[in-house]
Amino acid sequence: MSVAYKSAVASSARRISAMMLRHWYLLRSSWPRLLDIAYWPTVQMVTWGFLQYYIASNAGFFARAGGTFIGAVLLWDILFRGQLGFSISFLEEMYSRNLGNIMMSPLRPFEFISALMVMSIVRLLIGAVPVTFLAIAFFGFNLYAFGIALVAFFFNLMLTSWAIGIFVSGLILRNGMGAENLAWSIMFLFMPLTCVYYPVTTLPGWLQPVAWLLPPTYVFEGMRALVIDKVFRPDLMVAALALNAALFAAGVFAFLKLLQSARRRGSLMQSGE
Amino acid sequence: MPQSPPIAVERFVKIYKTDPAVDGISFTLAPGSITALLGGNGAGKTTTIATIMGLITPTSGRVTVLGAEMPRQRYRVLQRMNFESPYVEVPMRLTVRQNLTVFGKLYNVDDLRKRIAELGHELDLVDLLDRPTGNLSAGQKTRVSLAKALINNPDVLLLDEPTASLDPDTADWVRGRLERYCRNRHATVLLASHNMTEVERLCDRVIIMKRGRIEDDDIPAKLLKRYGRRTLEEVFLDVARGNGGEAREAAQ
Repeated sequence: MSVAYKSAVASSARRISAMMLRHWYLLRSSWPRLLDIAYWPTVQMVTWGFLQYYIASNAGFFARAGGTFIGAVLLWDILFRGQLGFSISFLEEMYSRNLGNIMMSPLRPFEFISALMVMSIVRLLIGAVPVTFLAIAFFGFNLYAFGIALVAFFFNLMLTSWAIGIFVSGLILRNGMGAENLAWSIMFLFMPLTCVYYPVTTLPGWLQPVAWLLPPTYVFEGMRALVIDKVFRPDLMVAALALNAALFAAGVFAFLKLLQSARRRGSLMQSGE
Repeated sequence: MPQSPPIAVERFVKIYKTDPAVDGISFTLAPGSITALLGGNGAGKTTTIATIMGLITPTSGRVTVLGAEMPRQRYRVLQRMNFESPYVEVPMRLTVRQNLTVFGKLYNVDDLRKRIAELGHELDLVDLLDRPTGNLSAGQKTRVSLAKALINNPDVLLLDEPTASLDPDTADWVRGRLERYCRNRHATVLLASHNMTEVERLCDRVIIMKRGRIEDDDIPAKLLKRYGRRTLEEVFLDVARGNGGEAREAAQ
């Protein structure tokens, strides 16, 4: 490995760490931000946990399938919070009118994306880890009992959340804050289609192929197989990974194209609508 | 081999949809020079500066910084450039030291602690380093933005109204620091400003733009003589109001 190459890699790592540091300083300085990260996943888990208690006491199947709802909520939160963590970290640059500084610095797009990906994990861990322990304490549901399957679920869901987060950030770069709402709402489009709370067979026949095009569908089906049938389905995880690779590549490609378009339109200096 | 000029703009055109914001301008800046880019609102100054920074792709023509074509080859030179503008801010929740640390790392500054300490002394920020940037006064924030712009000892510095909204004393102080930096570092500066006192004090060349074109380009003394005026403000008004030709004829 040449000296120049090593130096370029070190510089790149330093720029990524600079962006992570910038967001870490921000999180550390703002308790409302930290509270916001943790409070909604907690509320959602508690609500669905009680609902599951109620249903399980009235239906034999759900008594057997104990944990599918809480498991689905916790996994959905990984998907949703992963994307939101990415997009919010990006939006912080728009809110603080700092995007011009970032875009004119030597930071490369892939370094910017890498830093936002790491920060989405940090935000997710701050928000989701305490909730998983609450799920054990309140409802006796131990997400960590999924073992290696949890790693596969987590990795696949994060890949999807990053792909969507990258795409939405590109849209905001090009179109300004008018596209901000997408950052908050786009994932809900995936909720019915990825069959978070019910099997794919619940969907009408014509919609099922669409559901199978989305990587999270495989994760939620895999989770139900694990909880209900006590079977880990690696085939589902491999299929999800293959689709995620394509989705992630498409997200990055779209981001670069949108960035190029923003340079043509002159929208990188703007942070308004 | 001849050295590339710090900034070279050749037949640069930028059209947004169908409206030309910049219409075929050309100029080259000499190393170590301080040049003002003047013009009324919509003259094309911001588009020109943003293109030099690599934030906008020209519709046609060529813009180079230190020999690198912008924005295509921007990563060759961004580490040697920086800018300051009142329309772009550093994150307000971060302390001054945190902001300078982040930008120092982004620009791969060696011995960052020492550089931050130097800037703290040069820009009178020592007592402010550990305060959140958002809690500072407008003048203090401008000094922080200037520290960010100088963190990497840039060879090319782009300044967009660096003293806007500052009181005369603070503005004068900032100009003094800029002058000193450029003299010591032999840095090339392109400055967009509406403050003619600032331009007269700092700049050794003035480019006046109007409706996307260069209306005039010379050293301040020659501009004053050509238009028969005593201040650059009067020259600016002549050009902005379309009386430039008459003023020049009258002066001749």
